[in-house]
Amino acid sequence: MTARGGFAFSIFRHVVLAAGAVVMIAPFIWLLSLSVKPADEIFTTDLRLLPLRWDAGRNYAEAFAKVPLHRYLLNGAIVTATIFTLQVLVALPAAYALAKLRFGLAQPLFALVLLGLLIPGHVPAIPHYVMLSSAGLLNSYPALILPSVISVFGIFWIRQFFKTIPDDLIHAARLDGLSEFSIVWRIMLPAAAPALTAFGILSVVFHWNDYFWPLLVVTSPDMAMPALGTVYLRNTEAGTDYGPLMAGTAIITAPLVIAFLLAQRRFIEGMTLTGLKG
Amino acid sequence: MTATTALPVAIERPSRSTQARAEAFAAYVLSAPAIVCLFGILLLPTLATFVLSFTDWQFGAPTLRWIGLDNYAHLANDRVFWKSLSNTVLYVLVVVPASVLLGLGAALLIEAGTSGRAFYRAAFFLPVTATLIAMATVWEIMLHPSVGLINVLIEALGFSKQNWLKDPDLALFALAGIGVWQALGLNMVLLLAGLKSIPRDLYEAAAIDGADGPWTRFLTVTLPMLGPALSFVLIISAIRSFQVFDTVAVLTEGGPNKATEVLLYTMYQEGFGFFRAGYGAAITVVFLLFVLVLTLVKARLAEKRVHYS
Repeated sequence: MTARGGFAFSIFRHVVLAAGAVVMIAPFIWLLSLSVKPADEIFTTDLRLLPLRWDAGRNYAEAFAKVPLHRYLLNGAIVTATIFTLQVLVALPAAYALAKLRFGLAQPLFALVLLGLLIPGHVPAIPHYVMLSSAGLLNSYPALILPSVISVFGIFWIRQFFKTIPDDLIHAARLDGLSEFSIVWRIMLPAAAPALTAFGILSVVFHWNDYFWPLLVVTSPDMAMPALGTVYLRNTEAGTDYGPLMAGTAIITAPLVIAFLLAQRRFIEGMTLTGLKG
Repeated sequence: MTATTALPVAIERPSRSTQARAEAFAAYVLSAPAIVCLFGILLLPTLATFVLSFTDWQFGAPTLRWIGLDNYAHLANDRVFWKSLSNTVLYVLVVVPASVLLGLGAALLIEAGTSGRAFYRAAFFLPVTATLIAMATVWEIMLHPSVGLINVLIEALGFSKQNWLKDPDLALFALAGIGVWQALGLNMVLLLAGLKSIPRDLYEAAAIDGADGPWTRFLTVTLPMLGPALSFVLIISAIRSFQVFDTVAVLTEGGPNKATEVLLYTMYQEGFGFFRAGYGAAITVVFLLFVLVLTLVKARLAEKRVHYS
């Protein structure tokens, strides 16, 4: 296809795509640029990528001093990792049963999974809040984790993947005397690695970035998830001293952006699952 | 047929049904956690939202009263709700075509050459994984009425500066712009996958038939072959943009003058800001109905796609 357009087309292609790429990346570049500028260089109409006077040290130190940024990152890591682990613990055995075992309720159960796929996470939010509140669990890790323990999409996705695994593998394992339970964790779990990687990226990115649910259940700064944390940091800003705000925002944004840049193909695979999930 | 061959069969028969029973038993044990969670976390709470929407319950209130369809009747006369619904639809109508067309353009241009593919794909995809709430703050500064990057550039081009997020005529479109920036990359990669699945020989066949210009090639081969992927992407981005909440909650809080009030934000405010759980539940039900219709359309499209392949 390259030969067809010729040189002129190739130039056109690169000019348009490069212009588009600049617009897409601009907010990230601007974020980094503002995070190292002193206040007077931010509040100016002089466009400058690099500051005349570097103020990175003060901005980043102040961001950490104003709010517990390290807590937000730690909460993000703990909560997203726990959610993903529990989602796999719940979904993987069920997906195996649905894909490979014969039992009376297999079809109704799969129908319920498909029904669950139709329900956006916001819909059960009010009852979730009431349940957690009456259990005295608001503003805690369980409040952030429990509503996400089940991922019907995870069950659906892993089941579809298991359907492609030959039955012979399971028969052989049974002949070797493995119980169904050991088959799930010793044969199917390793076999599902590619499907779980994609699902894991989707799950972690979603919960790291989620703002709606933490906004409802978190009431003290030390329980905030990363997205909510940037809002807390934002609320401490008085006037136009954007430097520390941008520094903190860069810190919160960095983990996923760096992870994406390091494993682009995997991230793109994982995020395109949203196409199935909706 | 002698007893020697009959014997193993006779022994196998009961063992096979025992095995079937054991398999079913294992299946129930293995899916038990999922069944409990499915009902306890997803289905029953969703049902509870429906039930709550027929009550006047407020968070913390000791009692609740069954009021039938009163919440829905109230919604029908609530100007904020209608504003919120029409804003949400307008937001979807801006973000979906813009993000799909730009995503399609990017995908076509990236596919049309060999150099720089990985770089462009990464650049366009970057906003998809980035924390939207955090990046919204950056956008807010870039949209700042006097020193924002966008206004400075606009002024340099000879236009006048705008107060993007405070102007009732512009605020929703400014948020839609951020929405397009965030959604474009996902549409692009989904369409790239669609483009890659178009057989090369179709282009050669079209060339033999005289369709040789890039535009005719696009109209006769690419667009028809991309049809299913394209409609799939349209629906997905509609579902996603219908759930707009983050940028509204952080940047405009529904203002100025309800210009950016959207469905999920109204639900959040009624339910959790004013503690009117029953009324908030009714808004949630309306929200669910819209998403449900879109999701069912998507399921139909997905089914078709499976049949085609």
